[in-house]
Amino acid sequence: MTDSRKPYSPRDWSAHPAIIAPDYKSTRLRGATKPLIPLKQTLSELTGPVFGQDSLGDLDNDLTKNGRKDGEPLGERIIVSGKVVDELGRPQPNMLVEVWQANAAGRYVHKVDQHDAPLDPNFFGGGRCVTDENGVYRFYSIKPGAYPWGNHPNAWRPNHIHFSLFGPSLCTRLVTQMYFPGDPLLDLDPIFLATPEKARARLVSDFDLSLTEEEFALGYRFDIVLRGPQETPMETPMETA
Amino acid sequence: MNSGKLHGGQTPSQTVGPYFAYGLTPEQYGYPLTSIASPDLRTPDVQGQEIRIEGRVLDGNGAVVDDAMIEIWQADPEGRYAHPADTRGGNIAFKGFGRCGTGTDAENRFVFDSVKPGAAEEGAAPHINVIVFMRGLLSHLYTRIYFADEAAANAKDPILQSVPAERRDTLIAQRDESGVVPVYRFDIHMQGDKETVFFDV
Repeated sequence: MTDSRKPYSPRDWSAHPAIIAPDYKSTRLRGATKPLIPLKQTLSELTGPVFGQDSLGDLDNDLTKNGRKDGEPLGERIIVSGKVVDELGRPQPNMLVEVWQANAAGRYVHKVDQHDAPLDPNFFGGGRCVTDENGVYRFYSIKPGAYPWGNHPNAWRPNHIHFSLFGPSLCTRLVTQMYFPGDPLLDLDPIFLATPEKARARLVSDFDLSLTEEEFALGYRFDIVLRGPQETPMETPMETA
Repeated sequence: MNSGKLHGGQTPSQTVGPYFAYGLTPEQYGYPLTSIASPDLRTPDVQGQEIRIEGRVLDGNGAVVDDAMIEIWQADPEGRYAHPADTRGGNIAFKGFGRCGTGTDAENRFVFDSVKPGAAEEGAAPHINVIVFMRGLLSHLYTRIYFADEAAANAKDPILQSVPAERRDTLIAQRDESGVVPVYRFDIHMQGDKETVFFDV
């Protein structure tokens, strides 16, 4: 039986970016400067909002369709899929995955995005899906474009898709970004590079021919590891029949 | 690369960025996608004291942050969380989760309408759990809102008491009863003398 009130492992600060990463300028005034105060997890942290299949609309998992006005969105159709597991490798079923991204030209629908690249009337860029019984999520989209930003002269964000997951508790909350393999902008991006080197590859998806749908869309795999229980569960004693 | 790294450890956090609104808080910002959560947590069947929680997020220069996203998670007025790990089982529709961006209010406040939570555990003071996201924050931060009118309970709360005395005030929302519904004010200071306490949850 699962004891759902077991504490979660701590956030692995050797894998997460530092709170202040000076090359990413906005962190300098926005990151907390005092050490985080250790907290012994209580019911407040061992619980968290529960979102499952019932939080989905019909087209939420198909970003190639959920913004259509009078035609198909422009750009390269993609399928993004992956497994959500905890640190023990256990699949996390029925978990909400929220995504948002720029269009193929590198422009966000967001009103404050002033980048001089065209909006696509048939692409919205926001959606969500839920993991199945094996912890696998899947959605359709358009490959997002790179776009410039004001961090430093000639700064460009690599192609990326934003992800937001709750997992089973408040402790497992995760907001991250998925990148694409072989992107030359990764080595120049202060946000990606703020991630400790050993963990950066975890943010880069793999092209996957087995996910690719013939004559339709390219497949990318992006697996996600959420915090797991603090202690390794006791192994089942071997049967001595 | 990513596959085969399933057991390699936690997926790193990245910033929510400046453009989260149409994905995470679409209805609040007027985008054509349904929202999974809103700044109004109230449900018709919930009993208890209605409250409003409002505050600003301030950066190291004291400037108000207009592109933060705040999430809150709280127990119902009887102290129960709507989650399987709370075995008491809530019997009402109240979910206890809210989400609000700071980009739609004229003063760039986050404003939640909710009910005052009960104490969830023996010895714990009523509180609301808060997660802070924004451009420039690469990993989300956790804090808690305690209530100024719960001084006796606050004095016994083990989490609040684990915070150095001179910083506890940053976690206590002040109550304003001048309106119909009591308002708790809770500013989040990212830096400076009044830097809010954030927890390593």
